[in-house]
Amino acid sequence: MKKTLLILTAIMVVMAVFASCSQPKSNSDTIKIGVNYELSGGVATYGQSSVEGIELAVEEINKAGGVNGKLIEIVKYDNKSEEAEATTLATRLMTQDKVVAVLGPATSGAFKATIPVATQHKVPVASGSATADDVTVDSNGVKEYAFRICFNDSYQGTGMANYALNNLGLKKAVIIMDSSSDYGKGLAENFKKTFEANGGTVVAQEAYVEGDTDFNAILTSIKGKDFDVIFIPGYYEEAGLIIKQARDQGIDVPILGADGFDSPDLKSLAGAEALNNVYFSNHYSSLDQDPVVQDFIKLFKSKYNKQPDAFNALGYDLAKFVIDGISRAEKLTGEAVKDALAATKNFNGVTGSFSVDENHNPVKALVVIQLKDGEQYSSERLSMD
Amino acid sequence: MNKWTALAQKMSKWIILALTFIIIQLLIQVNIINDYLQATLATICINIILAVSLNLITGFTGQFSLGHAGFMSIGAYTCAIILLRMPTTWGFLAGIFGGALLAAVVGFLVGLPTLRLRGDYLAIATLGMSEIIRILFLNMEITNGAAGLSGIPRFTNWFYLFVFMIGTIIVITNFLKSSHGRACISIREDEIAAEAMGINTTRYKVTAFTIGAFCAGIAGALYAAYFYFVKPSTFGFLKSIDVLVIVVLGGMGSISGSILSAILLALISTILQDFSELRMILYALMLIIIMLFRPQGLMGSKEVSLKIFKNLLSYMPSRKEGQ
Repeated sequence: MKKTLLILTAIMVVMAVFASCSQPKSNSDTIKIGVNYELSGGVATYGQSSVEGIELAVEEINKAGGVNGKLIEIVKYDNKSEEAEATTLATRLMTQDKVVAVLGPATSGAFKATIPVATQHKVPVASGSATADDVTVDSNGVKEYAFRICFNDSYQGTGMANYALNNLGLKKAVIIMDSSSDYGKGLAENFKKTFEANGGTVVAQEAYVEGDTDFNAILTSIKGKDFDVIFIPGYYEEAGLIIKQARDQGIDVPILGADGFDSPDLKSLAGAEALNNVYFSNHYSSLDQDPVVQDFIKLFKSKYNKQPDAFNALGYDLAKFVIDGISRAEKLTGEAVKDALAATKNFNGVTGSFSVDENHNPVKALVVIQLKDGEQYSSERLSMD
Repeated sequence: MNKWTALAQKMSKWIILALTFIIIQLLIQVNIINDYLQATLATICINIILAVSLNLITGFTGQFSLGHAGFMSIGAYTCAIILLRMPTTWGFLAGIFGGALLAAVVGFLVGLPTLRLRGDYLAIATLGMSEIIRILFLNMEITNGAAGLSGIPRFTNWFYLFVFMIGTIIVITNFLKSSHGRACISIREDEIAAEAMGINTTRYKVTAFTIGAFCAGIAGALYAAYFYFVKPSTFGFLKSIDVLVIVVLGGMGSISGSILSAILLALISTILQDFSELRMILYALMLIIIMLFRPQGLMGSKEVSLKIFKNLLSYMPSRKEGQ
């Protein structure tokens, strides 16, 4: 008896959830856009943040009357942070839901896995945060149906090398890189190349792997050397600890990093007093006084009641970028939208204004943020022409 | 007339298989099974190969292994590397058999020392092995490190999926019916008693492990040639757990259980796609409910075989004659 009751309750619960979630039937007055993001699994934070930004942008556009008299409808799926699932869902969005474009996934690997599907079905895919160098272009040329609105990893390495030389006037660098990720390797390589080509010297290059916690051996070995800047291409988990341990050892030279530093956890790992004289490149800064940025922050805060991060901003820009392409497309087909996206000129977004180049990469400025006592103190846009 | 029924009875297994293949192939051709459903179909077939082969190791031989993702990744990378250099059907077949053989060799080499361990110790040793394989792929030049290999041409289709899936099932069920298979089952039941009866337990454990690794290699190769992309993190610890979930849910020691649960889990996962954020919560909830009411797994250790159809065939005419 008890058992039957339990089964019944369980079935009821599941049914109730099904019923409450069932999505409204779509009609032909809407334009469908697919959203294929990591809502659960290893990198769920990236996906969830991006989707928040996307939903904000779509809501804003629909309130203003939609595109060419039609409302935008998003079809959202969770790819569990798995590449195979991302491929399957991209196929589902293109063949079953008949979307005109797919947003996401957030990570380079999963995004790359969906590109062959996009090419086969002639529906463009666009990512806000796939930064690996070979995402939109490889040895076979540009991938026609793949777009992104973020700069790639090597661009940041080059940018930070120029920033150290030209803006900070530093000439002798130590690189402490994350050798377990392509992100770290790519950044280190490009930083070194640009830095040495423009008159700087790399005094030492050390490496660590993801998950390391004690960096004192590395720091002691570089301490005796003559250098005036440290570049850490890696993610905040380890970078936070490196900064803390370096400052504890009395190393007080400027420390540079890239968008992997962008996390509130950096402050909790390193401590506020260690985060002085630290600079990192990012896609966007909330300190930017540009009215586009300030309007976005106000809008975001009113919906989600928190400060937007870079993934929120990139998601917001991505949705607007794709919808802008749809509004300019001659027909509502994937092929026409692809052509319109490729022809984007001077798109003015929160993460900077950009045009799409022949490799489907955006040409945009880097934002360099300076930290003081653990807080973002100043930001400047660094354009590289 | 009787001659024909007798022949049909004899051949019923093969007729059913051929019919299944042809019907699905036709549905694909007229696009009722569209690209999206084909992807689900591929996931099901690959998971069946993985689950059936892990069931041989864990369900029938009683060796708790967490290394299946490691063997799968060997097959996937081998096939990917060969296909990127040789994008032809021969390259694909070479990739499948090369990957499977390599996985089997690694399975044999790893199994020899570790299968002397029992229970939890074996689980940890196989887990360690699969992590070593993953880290090797992460750091090798030819595998392109953490970024993985992309742009692998798609060669896997329903024909190959079907052939390799059915092949795996037939090889493993026949193995289990042989004296080698019975020796494996006796190890699961009581290792000391089996040893006392003169069974070389290590030998049979290694045999089962190697066959399991071979099939996992095939599954990995099919995966790589279907999903365009492989990278080390795909084949982490969680992938092994996923396969183990299928085996335990279907019933340890039931081949048909593994097949049934691989299909069921893929269907549940597909239906739940409409509930983006809630999806994994509902999925886990269903697993808990199923395990609460069927702790022995869906099929326990029972089997359903294609003989059912044979019995059905012999049952129907006889009833007619009786009337």
